[in-house]
Amino acid sequence: MPIVEVKGVDKVYHQGDTAVHALDNIHLSMDAGSFAAIAGPSGSGKTTLLNMIGGLDLPDHGDVIVDGRHFSEMNQSQLAQLRLNRIGFVFQAYNLIPVLSAVENVEYVMLLQGVEKAERRDRAMAMLDEVGLTEKYDNRPAELSGGQQQRVAVARAIVSNPAIVLADEPTANLDSKTGEGLLRIMAEMNERRNVTFIFSTHDKMVMDYAHRLVLLRDGMIDDDRSK
Amino acid sequence: MEFQIAWRNIWRNPRRTVIIMIAVIIGVWTMIALTSLMRGMVADMLDRGIATLTGDIKIYPAGFHDDPSISFQINDADFVLSKIANAFPEDTQYASRVRVNAIASNARHSAGLTLVGIDPGQEKGVSFIGNGVLDGRMISRDDKNAIVVGQALLEKFETRIGRKLILMSQDRQNEITSKAYKIVGVFRSKLASTEKQFVFVSKSSAQNMLGMENGVSEISIVLADHEKTGRVAESISTALNGSDLEIYTWKDLLPMLKSYMEVFDGFIVLWFLVIFVAMAFGIVNTMLMAVYERMREFGLLKALGMKPALILRSVLIESGIILAIGAFAGNLLAIGLVMIIAATGIDLSALASGLEYAGVSSIIYPELVLKDVFLANGVVMVLGLAVSIYPAVKASRITPVEAMAHT
Ligand SMILES: Nc1ncnc2c1ncn2[C@@H]1O[C@H](COP(=O)(O)OP(=O)(O)OP(=O)(O)O)[C@@H](O)[C@H]1O
Ligand SMILES: [Mg+2]
Repeated sequence: MPIVEVKGVDKVYHQGDTAVHALDNIHLSMDAGSFAAIAGPSGSGKTTLLNMIGGLDLPDHGDVIVDGRHFSEMNQSQLAQLRLNRIGFVFQAYNLIPVLSAVENVEYVMLLQGVEKAERRDRAMAMLDEVGLTEKYDNRPAELSGGQQQRVAVARAIVSNPAIVLADEPTANLDSKTGEGLLRIMAEMNERRNVTFIFSTHDKMVMDYAHRLVLLRDGMIDDDRSK
Repeated sequence: MEFQIAWRNIWRNPRRTVIIMIAVIIGVWTMIALTSLMRGMVADMLDRGIATLTGDIKIYPAGFHDDPSISFQINDADFVLSKIANAFPEDTQYASRVRVNAIASNARHSAGLTLVGIDPGQEKGVSFIGNGVLDGRMISRDDKNAIVVGQALLEKFETRIGRKLILMSQDRQNEITSKAYKIVGVFRSKLASTEKQFVFVSKSSAQNMLGMENGVSEISIVLADHEKTGRVAESISTALNGSDLEIYTWKDLLPMLKSYMEVFDGFIVLWFLVIFVAMAFGIVNTMLMAVYERMREFGLLKALGMKPALILRSVLIESGIILAIGAFAGNLLAIGLVMIIAATGIDLSALASGLEYAGVSSIIYPELVLKDVFLANGVVMVLGLAVSIYPAVKASRITPVEAMAHT
């Protein structure tokens, strides 16, 4: 059974008189353990699609099913609960809470989940170790480089044992070497823990890492191939 | 951890936080400090009113209250006092007096005033004249023609100690009677009006002049505790049941003061609300600014699965901490200031002529009332949190998609 199913999703944005068809009848399904990239030109609907899968935005038509749960049948509070426990996010920027240190940022989702304090700290430290940031655990985001911040974000996304991690252009603000480092960490996580990753990208190098590449154009799937 | 995060968030923009805190501090500070000053003024007005020959409780012959004529008198004050002595709580003091409207004149001036016949020994602790005189000497019990006048009257009459003053009034037979007194002493009061209003002679000489035999016009009773007035007045009333005497409390005799004190508590609440409204605009604006600045963050928290109620709570905790710190500092400042002023009193003589008119003396001792302190803090904390709900709700409603669009 697929972990993510997108069924006939439409999304139209209205800006003044013009309507933008950001997503146009999208059908997509991802198996658990996928490492998939969504690519396409700017404005093709990558972010919109990821927001739909993450339950951050709701489709006009169609349904999204994650981990067996139908979004169309859930209210905001249930969606929040699902995001908290089953979905990890890595955004392009502003991923971290500025007043929290690296380890506290990683702990924070576990706090919301109600994990106990000692266990929180242990798991967060172990996670930081996996992304190679043990030494920086006590630093605030402002004291970390862009690449380090994204690694903390990955650690946070994974530490809560989600079914899927959604990453919207996670490497866009990084130089190619740092970006590749981040990607390698994500690939490792995917292999070792069998976490499903879906990320969007413009970057050819990032696309090369993906096991599956979905190409969007004007809100429609232009191409979908597995490697 | 929630508290810790709130604490860190507060200090992300120290300048802004300090500005809200200062607003809260000034608000609480003015609420408490000015209210205790006003309470001090009211207490002063009450003490002065009671000391100005009023007393907590007064016994009049029937009819005298409505028509203060010498034809009404208490024939035997000692007998009355013996009947009511049981109703007196500890440390009660009393004085019986003759009181009549009179005209005073000398070669150049004349004025209407109140001639009061007193037993000087009784007045100590009962009325201001018990404190004695500024110049010259106090009248004694048996003085036949000695009179004590106020400083302001002395000046107005352009006279001095040793000179004569003619007092003219109606006696018991409604005949005009007059008597020449010699000024032996001058009293001072904090109010010039009191100095002009009253002149004092011995009770016996007044009784003699007015043909009252042993009669008096009033018995004035002062209690150690003003709060007991009502109950004591009732027992006195019971004890005197059947006699043709009337019992009044200061609330009857000083109706202006009574109604003033009655509206005072309401006035304080209103005054707190006015200060608070001024403060609230600052709080709401600044909190809103802080929320909009952190829009991305609230969007992120939402994306991570934080429930709106939790976000709302976190913003309220932040403003609660700011309010509590501000209120605490405001209390310290206010209570410190009140204690400093209470030690020496505050001299309002710059405003005094106007204040005297209202019956307030120029030196005020602030009175800190716990109820006011609680009310001030309650208003600031409860309403402060209430107005913070608005920015907090704004924060909780930010969606991740909105937040991402907002760069
Ligand atoms: N909140 C919105 N209001 C109006 N139009 C929107 C909104 N969000 C997206 N759109 C429009 O929908 C279309 C798809 O946007 P989307 O952000 O999904 O593209 P994208 O593929 O992520 O682009 P980019 O590579 O630039 O991030 C675009 O034309 C965009 O202008
Ligand atoms: Mg995008």
